[in-house]
This record gives sequence, C-alpha cells and structure tokens, in this order.
Amino acid sequence: MNAMIPDAVLLPAKACDRLMPMHMIVAASGHILHAGPTLQKLVPAGLQGKRLLELFESRRPRSPERIEDLAATPGGRLRFVLRDGSRTQLMGLALPLNKGRLFINLSFGISVVDAIAHHALTAADFAPTDPTIEMLYLVEAKAAVMAESQKLNERLKEAKREAEAQALTDTLTGLGNRRAMDEALARQLARGESFGLMHLDLDYFKDVNDTLGHAAGDHVLTEVAKVLREVTRAQDVVARVGGDEFVLLIRGVVASEVLMDLGRRLIAGLERPIAWQRRHCRISGSIGITTTDRYPRPDADRMLWDADEALYASKRGGRATVTMAEVPAAIGRASRRKRG
Amino acid sequence: MHGLINRSIQVFLTETYGERAWLAVARGSGAEIADFESMQSYDDAVTGMILAAAERVLQKPRARILEDIGTWLIAKRQPDTVRRLLRFGGVDFVEFLYSLDDLPGRVRLAVNDLDLPAMELEEHAPFTYTLTLRGGPPGFGQVLQGLLQAMADDYGALAVIEQTAARPGLEVLRIQLFQTDYALGRGFQLQAPAS
Repeated sequence: MNAMIPDAVLLPAKACDRLMPMHMIVAASGHILHAGPTLQKLVPAGLQGKRLLELFESRRPRSPERIEDLAATPGGRLRFVLRDGSRTQLMGLALPLNKGRLFINLSFGISVVDAIAHHALTAADFAPTDPTIEMLYLVEAKAAVMAESQKLNERLKEAKREAEAQALTDTLTGLGNRRAMDEALARQLARGESFGLMHLDLDYFKDVNDTLGHAAGDHVLTEVAKVLREVTRAQDVVARVGGDEFVLLIRGVVASEVLMDLGRRLIAGLERPIAWQRRHCRISGSIGITTTDRYPRPDADRMLWDADEALYASKRGGRATVTMAEVPAAIGRASRRKRG
Repeated sequence: MHGLINRSIQVFLTETYGERAWLAVARGSGAEIADFESMQSYDDAVTGMILAAAERVLQKPRARILEDIGTWLIAKRQPDTVRRLLRFGGVDFVEFLYSLDDLPGRVRLAVNDLDLPAMELEEHAPFTYTLTLRGGPPGFGQVLQGLLQAMADDYGALAVIEQTAARPGLEVLRIQLFQTDYALGRGFQLQAPAS
C-alpha cells in the first residue's frame, strides 16, 4: 500500500462535531456516549447516557436485537424515526469502532423541510459540505416559480372565460348560442321584419345520456345540429339555448302550414336512428311555434314564452309533435308574464 | 429579457409611483405592452424602451431608477421571495457576498432560462471587495448596487457599495464593509412562512 496514504485518521471530538454535526458514538451497551451539536438540538432533553433505541426507532434494520446489528445492514445503512411528537425521519450510516462501539452519522434526507420547521434549525446547524441548504433553496425557488406559473394560468383561464362569454357560438355543435339568438331576435324585431320562431326540445335524449354516457349524448347533439342545418336555410338562425333545447328563427315565414310542415320534417330527421359505437340512438323532438304576425308589437321575451308554452303543449300531447302557439286576442297590452 | 425582470420593473413602478405612472410609462415607451408576464420572454429592446420612458415620466436618471429597483426588490417587494432566496446564500453578509459567484447557477436551477451575468468576488484588502459582472445587460450593476446595499441592511451589516467601472459587458462594484453586526437586521428562518 502507498505509504503516503494513512490507514487511520485520529479526529478530535470537536472536529467530528464540525464535520458531522449529526453524528454520535454509541457504546456496546447501546448507550449514547457522545452526540454532535445538531443532534442535540433534535433531542433537547439530551442524548448522552440515554439508550439509543429508546430515543430512535430503527426502521432499518427492523427491530435490531443487539447494538452491533445496526452496523450489519448492507453498507451499514440505517433508517431511524425520532421517538417524539415530530416523528422526524433520519437516514444514516453505522460503522463499528473498537470495544464494540459504533460510530453513527445521520442526516434528514428528504424529510428535511418538515424537520427544520419542527426543530427550528438554521443554516449553522448544517456542515458547509452538506447540500441541505441548497436543497431548501431549491424547494423554495421552485415553489415561487410554480406560483408565478399558476398566476399566469389563472389569467389565461380568466381571459378564456371572458372570450367565451363574448362568443356567439356553441362550441359543441357549432350552432349559435343563447346570446346569438338574443341578438338575432333583437335585430329582426328592431328592423320590423317578420319571422317564425320555433322552440325545439329533444325527446328521449336523457335516456341516451343515462344509458350510453355523455360522449354518446354529445355525438347525438352534433347529429341533431346537422339535421337542423339541413332543414333550414342559410339566412335562418339556429341556436342551442340549453342542454337539449334549440331555438330556430325562420326569417320571412309566418304561414302556419309552412312552419308546421318544416317542424314535421325536422322531427322526421331527428327520428332517423343515430349510430354510436355499433348501437343506435333513437330520439325525437317536440316543437312549439309562434310568429311575429300574431302580435301588434312583437316582443322577444313574449315570443319565446309563447313558443315555449306551445312546446309544452306538444310534450303533453304525447311528444314528437308540433304545436302552434295560441295567442289570446287581448295581447295589445304589454306582456303578461315575463320569461324567467 | 426574461419576463421576471420586466415584470419586476412594472411592479416596482406601479407600487412606487402608482398605476397611472406605470400606464404612462407603458404607453410612452412605444413597446405596445401593458402588462408583462413573469414566465414569458421578451425582446431585449423592450426593457430599454420601458426604462427610457420611465426616465421621461419620472424625471429621474436611469441609474437612480435601476438602483431603486434593486433596493425595492429586497426591502419592499411582497412576498419577499427574492430576499429569502438570497438569504440562503450565507449566514452572514460576508458569506453572502461569496455566494454571489454561485448566484447565476442558483438562479438557473430555479428558472433555467433566466440568465444573469457572471459574477466574481475578490477581496482586495480586509473588508474591501470588488464584484465584477461580465456579460450582463447594461445597468445591471446599478440594480445590483441597490440590491447589495439593501442586503447589507437585511443582514444588519454596515457597508458602502459604489460602482467603479461601467463598460458594455463589464461592470465593477466596490464593497467596503465597516461592520458586520452594525444593526439587528431582519431575521431569517430556513422554514418558509406559510403562504
């Protein structure tokens, strides 16, 4: 062996304390002879003279019978849990000294963040070679960066919500949404144009959702949107105003028979079976219709209300039917009821 | 320039001089940016445009504004993230000064696209140090001057920091340390405060 390399180094206890502030020397009897300054902080009542396994529960090796078993694990690796309220986890290394004594050096490992809070440790409690402080720095730096990213996410989400609120399209079907219909109604009425207003509510749609799931339901809704586009013209306005509710604004058409026929064709289209994963979904629809020419001064809320009433008459009448609104003669006054 | 730096300038101006001052700076800069995002990258020129506009709006020299930003980052900014992260550098001000050599590396560990100039601390005489910055954006030394002065206060040390050289890509600060335990300083615990 190279004579320049000493085979033993004698270190004074004070030097060991500075190099390894979490070390201890344990007698063959299991009593602690000496403990480094950081370990002393962990056990304020003192370690010297106490039995090692009364202060620390050994997880590796599990329940050692004799103190020398601690140094008999592969590589002398240890895992301890501090027997106090904190249950601080420690990892370490045990090496045999002479006279059956053990030299044990401990560290916190990954549990260091909790340990520091519990035992009020400071940077001075760690050896300068110990990267624990760097680890704490990283934990805190990463948390700060995450917080910034989260703020960005929040702002993006908010911007998306705003954009959606301003949007006029129902994202699932590509039809207009309630906002689009409200704007179209207001526009047509302001211009004094006549139109027919159809309110459609799907029948048996809930069964599809309940038995085949929401993906099937979504598929059915997009197929419904296709049917609605087929039976209407480009200048008409079609909107999805609720889960399975649609409103159609048929421009320039007020003739009952034309609208009733359109409604019946629509229902026939809806009743074509819709394929979904080798199954067929069967739905239908109930429709209520009103027209601008039924009112001296047509009003959007009033018309929607009446179309809705007619729709429920269709539902009561056994579904899959079309009903024209019955508008009482005395409607010259303002709307009796406000739509909720 | 990294968004964290631009965002800091924005928050500094907003908190110190008010929302209206910031809007005047943003509008006057011609950068067409009203709000900086921390986790985004911006053209280097944008930072210069913002600082030039801040000089005009606040009627203050740029060096002064930059130094104030450095001080504010440590002494005023809430939460005090920058102050806490820097305090991990050492238990006293001298150790902290020596940790500056590692600062660009530490910063990169946290935010890998945030590049700081290379820093080198040298002790010339007892308690007299120079800090050399290489390859930083112009004016970085002034920010650091304010920041180090505030860190000295934070540690309770009495120190005077001045800039002795400022050339493109090379800035030098001189740090004269009179007393390490001049005042109590602000405390620092390893454990992060509950947020």
